[in-house]
Amino acid sequence: MSARDEILANVRRSLGASEGDQARRATAQARVAGAAPGLRPQRGQGDVQTRAQTFEQEAQAVNATVERLKSAADVPAAVSRYLRERNLPATLRMGDDERLVGLPWEATQLAISRGPSAGDDVNAISHAEAAAAETGTLAFVSGPHNPTTLNFLPDNHFAVVRLSDIEADYEAVWTRLRARYGAGVLPRTVNFVTGPSRSADIEQKLLLGAHGPRSLHILIVEG
Amino acid sequence: MTLHATSPAFRENAREALADQQLQKALGNVRTNVVARRAVAAGRLPEFEALRDQARDIRNHVLAHLDVYLEMYERNVIAAGGHVHWARTADEACRIIIDIARAREARSVVKGKSMVSEEIGLNAALERAGVAAVETDLGEYIIQLRGETPSHIIMPAVHLNREDVEAEFRRAHTHLPAERNLDEPESLLAEARAELRAKFLAAEVGVTGANFLVAQTGTSIIVTNEGNGDLSQILPKVHVVVASIEKIAPTLEDASALMRVLARSATGQDMSVYTTLSTGPRRAGDPDGPEEYHVVLVDNGRSNMLGTSFQDMLRCIRCGACMNHCPVYHAVGGHAYGWVYPGPMGAVLTPSLIGVDKAGHLPNASTFCGRCESVCPVRIPLPKLMRNWREREFERHLAPAVTRGGLRFWAFFARRPALYRAATSLAMRALAFLGRDKGRFASLPFASGWTQHRDMPAPQGSTFQAQWKKRKR
Repeated sequence: MSARDEILANVRRSLGASEGDQARRATAQARVAGAAPGLRPQRGQGDVQTRAQTFEQEAQAVNATVERLKSAADVPAAVSRYLRERNLPATLRMGDDERLVGLPWEATQLAISRGPSAGDDVNAISHAEAAAAETGTLAFVSGPHNPTTLNFLPDNHFAVVRLSDIEADYEAVWTRLRARYGAGVLPRTVNFVTGPSRSADIEQKLLLGAHGPRSLHILIVEG
Repeated sequence: MTLHATSPAFRENAREALADQQLQKALGNVRTNVVARRAVAAGRLPEFEALRDQARDIRNHVLAHLDVYLEMYERNVIAAGGHVHWARTADEACRIIIDIARAREARSVVKGKSMVSEEIGLNAALERAGVAAVETDLGEYIIQLRGETPSHIIMPAVHLNREDVEAEFRRAHTHLPAERNLDEPESLLAEARAELRAKFLAAEVGVTGANFLVAQTGTSIIVTNEGNGDLSQILPKVHVVVASIEKIAPTLEDASALMRVLARSATGQDMSVYTTLSTGPRRAGDPDGPEEYHVVLVDNGRSNMLGTSFQDMLRCIRCGACMNHCPVYHAVGGHAYGWVYPGPMGAVLTPSLIGVDKAGHLPNASTFCGRCESVCPVRIPLPKLMRNWREREFERHLAPAVTRGGLRFWAFFARRPALYRAATSLAMRALAFLGRDKGRFASLPFASGWTQHRDMPAPQGSTFQAQWKKRKR
């Protein structure tokens, strides 16, 4: 008997279930097909302005910085200003996402490069697919134009999220992803990011920038 | 090979731990910090208690349908281009991972934090096969350099102080200038980050655990704060997920419900920094991500726990709240428990996985104060399960002769209420008479276990039962 069959047979024997029991199978299939949300906390709920406000507060509470912009065209100037004010190098790495590459970068002094990160980029920018207000969480998806490495390897990570993409909770993010990719299908990676990287492994002292970004600057685009 | 256990020597381990001043200093951080943080996080979310009920119900549903969900999960991993391997034992699991590493001619493997990989003794197995295993979680990295095992399931280096880490880094990182300043935790973190960044980029294979396996989509989910679990899986060419079979969550909605109680119970965060969903290898056109994706499903004794009173233990989502709140853990730390899982969850799980003959001391090391159950996000009745182990230990004649004799002596009276009342009343009056001057005893025959550490107060008045009877009137 293969390890697989033996483990499954042992699970069934212990549970007193038979392999041909269609009722148990049907129960499981119905749960998965229904994908019914359970209890959703009040905290994230509300209209889009309320959600954005909650998102902003929660993200700041976990050491992210947040800036609101009237339109996506303001993103390059905001990034440039952020780097200048902190004396950081005027470089920026990004993927091929047209929501980013089409912005007026030429109006800034930033040296832009494109593609995944090999670990030596100081700054990178990504576009979030959605956000969950309840915990100030951003959701990124991987894909041909969205390298996952950009979310983790740079020291400073900029994240653009549209105001209208700020949802109440995680469940609403899943609903969006199902609408985009189909039921039961996900991209290779979905990254929920809640603040910059941290560790408390040395005497439980909270330190930012363990392996991932030391800073996370979120740009909420209102228009 | 399953990690070697020193659980049979719990008494000696505990005695050493109590006398270790460095350890006692480090444990002070657990007693106060995490307990307070969890209370704040739970208090901030009005729905928290209802979410715990929901989490318990989801986990119970999963366990009752585990075979069906495992098959569904497997189908969906394969549909997304991944591979599923099944391991009955720790040895089988290690062999599967070694074979995957050899197929890629891997010289090094980077690892995200994974308790099941500790359980199966993966690092040692890889080393024996000539593959270097590099732990990348900061705490795990520190204890790996020291040749230790984790002393906590989510804070593996919680038994250490800053000076211990500095000394270890100076010993291990000899290529760095000896006069460098490592006075601050920040500089230690920066040094580890730089050292490990190079390891991530060099490794051919990355191994992570899984907090949840989503049956609906064939997805593995890990939560981390550092981002090391992510670098372990997006930089190497091969991503291997090693997970025990009970980690299933039916849907993304179920996983979200469990996530809401996990971080709050563990570190008092509302949400860990990185919650990462991985489904298969990189897709056509993806600029990064692993080329191969494997899942190793480990049983190692769990299927035998189903259908027994210990099935409840399989609800565990490994948050560590039980040990954070445990007075015994606070006193002796994690290493005294002698195997992979310490604290109350370890006291229940360890006898299930390595045998009550080896780990019988662990469920005995409890005051039954009940704090563990009161904070468990999936409401595992940990004190009851520890009591079950004590009963089994007694039935199997594994308890020491003195304990058995004492219990038998007590049982003789307990079954004869009139005699019990007469005997306790007599003993009480005798003790009250003997202790009438000082009001306490500095030593008592047959009770040295008590009087070595504190005085025994002399009884006053009458027995509890007599007082109860009197007041009821």
